[in-house]
Amino acid sequence: MLDVRNLAFGFGARRVGTDVTFTLSKGETLAVLGGNGAGKTTLFRTLLGLLPPQAGEIHVGGDALDALAPSERARRLAYVPQQHVPSFGFSVEEIVLMGRASRLSAFARPGTADRAAAADALERLGIVALAPRPITELSGGERQLVLVARALAQQAPVLVLDEPTASLDFGNRARVLAEIDRLRGSGLTIVFSTHEPDQALAHADRALLLAEGRPLALDAVSRALTAENVERLYRVRVRSVDAGANRRVFVSE
Amino acid sequence: MAGEGRHEVGIDGKHESSPEADTRSIRPCTGHPARPSRDGNPEHRFVTSAQRTPLVLVGAICVLIVLALIALGSGRYPIGPAEMASVIWKRLSGVGEAGTADAVVWQIRMPRVAVAALVGAALAAAGTAYQHLFRNPLVAPDTLGVSSGAALGAVLGIFFGAGFLVIDGAAFIGGLAAVGVVVLIASRLTAHDPLVTLILTGVVVASLLGAAISLLKYLADPYNQLPAITFWLMGSFASASTRDFATLLPAVVASLFVLIALAWRINLLALPEDEARALGVQTGYLRTTVIVAATLATGASVAVSGIIGWVGLVVPHMARLLVGPEFSRLLPAATIFGAIFLLAIDTIARSLAPIEVPPGILTAIVGTPVFIVLLARARRIY
Repeated sequence: MLDVRNLAFGFGARRVGTDVTFTLSKGETLAVLGGNGAGKTTLFRTLLGLLPPQAGEIHVGGDALDALAPSERARRLAYVPQQHVPSFGFSVEEIVLMGRASRLSAFARPGTADRAAAADALERLGIVALAPRPITELSGGERQLVLVARALAQQAPVLVLDEPTASLDFGNRARVLAEIDRLRGSGLTIVFSTHEPDQALAHADRALLLAEGRPLALDAVSRALTAENVERLYRVRVRSVDAGANRRVFVSE
Repeated sequence: MAGEGRHEVGIDGKHESSPEADTRSIRPCTGHPARPSRDGNPEHRFVTSAQRTPLVLVGAICVLIVLALIALGSGRYPIGPAEMASVIWKRLSGVGEAGTADAVVWQIRMPRVAVAALVGAALAAAGTAYQHLFRNPLVAPDTLGVSSGAALGAVLGIFFGAGFLVIDGAAFIGGLAAVGVVVLIASRLTAHDPLVTLILTGVVVASLLGAAISLLKYLADPYNQLPAITFWLMGSFASASTRDFATLLPAVVASLFVLIALAWRINLLALPEDEARALGVQTGYLRTTVIVAATLATGASVAVSGIIGWVGLVVPHMARLLVGPEFSRLLPAATIFGAIFLLAIDTIARSLAPIEVPPGILTAIVGTPVFIVLLARARRIY
């Protein structure tokens, strides 16, 4: 579904990352980990076609990303940004409807099918009750769920989430992660970034560890996220602890 | 039903059975102390803005019609409701002899009323578009330097004794150049606060344009051109004519046509750039189209009536309070409100005192406090 080969990325002449290669098939989830400034967001912007790749190739659904029109790109890749800074108090329903833009011509307004898709997305995330409320008045967790709903309304097979749980409290974090688990089960191909190795272990199939823009490891989460790799990635001493119920967590020492 | 089953999963999952469900429906108070829920039930407050839009629009059109009748009737030769009715009836039926009242209404006041309303509509529509485009409730034709650029273009036209179509065109080009320069400079500055940077850039560019206008005034013939330029710059509808209306109308209609056609998509420009592009919007083309359309309306207005500030800033804000930010609802509301606002201002300006007060002075009196309130609130989310 998503095929990335020898990708180098950055802004203008500045190189942020290089040598990224991975292939995700339908329904697979990849977690991207790396320290602050490791290039996760830049990688995502490149994957989404918002930044041109400096080298290498990205194929999505069998086609080269740079050959796709912007609307076609948006029909294949949906994006949940790290933090949405709202400018005006659009209602949640209006925000989610904006996910339909790639399926509408520039002069069109959303129709019944679009409203149904938006309603369906709200329902899948259990936030139907939020629909009439202004986005400006929601909490961070609610806002994150709204952005996920908007991405679902896009009905793209690939979902890219940039640190979906950053700046969320413990409860909202668990809630957003549970939604991601539910989406994994529905056949979406998901790429998300996180600062928590535990999260990647519990909620992804594979992990890509980026150290200063270069892949340190790319493998099934259980093999990529070893204590040694996590230590090398974050340059702190960690211990891997069995948390029961087949879960492992990392504790820094 | 399949839908119901899915819904149940969503609810059972956690959203209603978990203890957190209750806290989620309570709005967090961080940062929005000014909007308490009056009845404690969020549903009641929020459903309204979309639903009340038709009501607001119909109400606004009625207000505009009544206001236009008042404006047509008031002045040095007052015309009461009964006489006005007969004037209108005579016009509609074509029966009866035209007297003084008819001449006053149709030849003197009507062009002025129509031009004032149209300029108000144009400036408010342009301001609404700019605010969406720059995700900034503080921008307007005047704060972006568009009005000053258009004024410089028009003054150049007057200076060289050009005809009104050339003045119109020069105003449009001047406005477009000004907003282009402002956006270019603001985007090159690595800003700590893009909201304020754009405004400051607009102010700086506008002051430079003001200097250029001063130079032209200095060079102008002091007996003919200088008074013409000065009075025109102050902004007035006193000399508004049918010809003004005829040059203004096509520009405003064309501009509104483009904005209405693109209305839903313009909403996406209010999202952060990356989000809009990831949703499939070609932001560059769309933004340019909207800027050109809004500047066309502004330039035509400035060419006809000079600089009348604040309309494009204040009116969109009032409209947004009533119908919300969704552009296909907001644009018509702001357009009609703009017509009402400027028509009311002009009617007050010519009946307040024995001599006419330039309407720009009245709009400034209304606009300045509103701007300060907006500036204070802009730190918070709008």
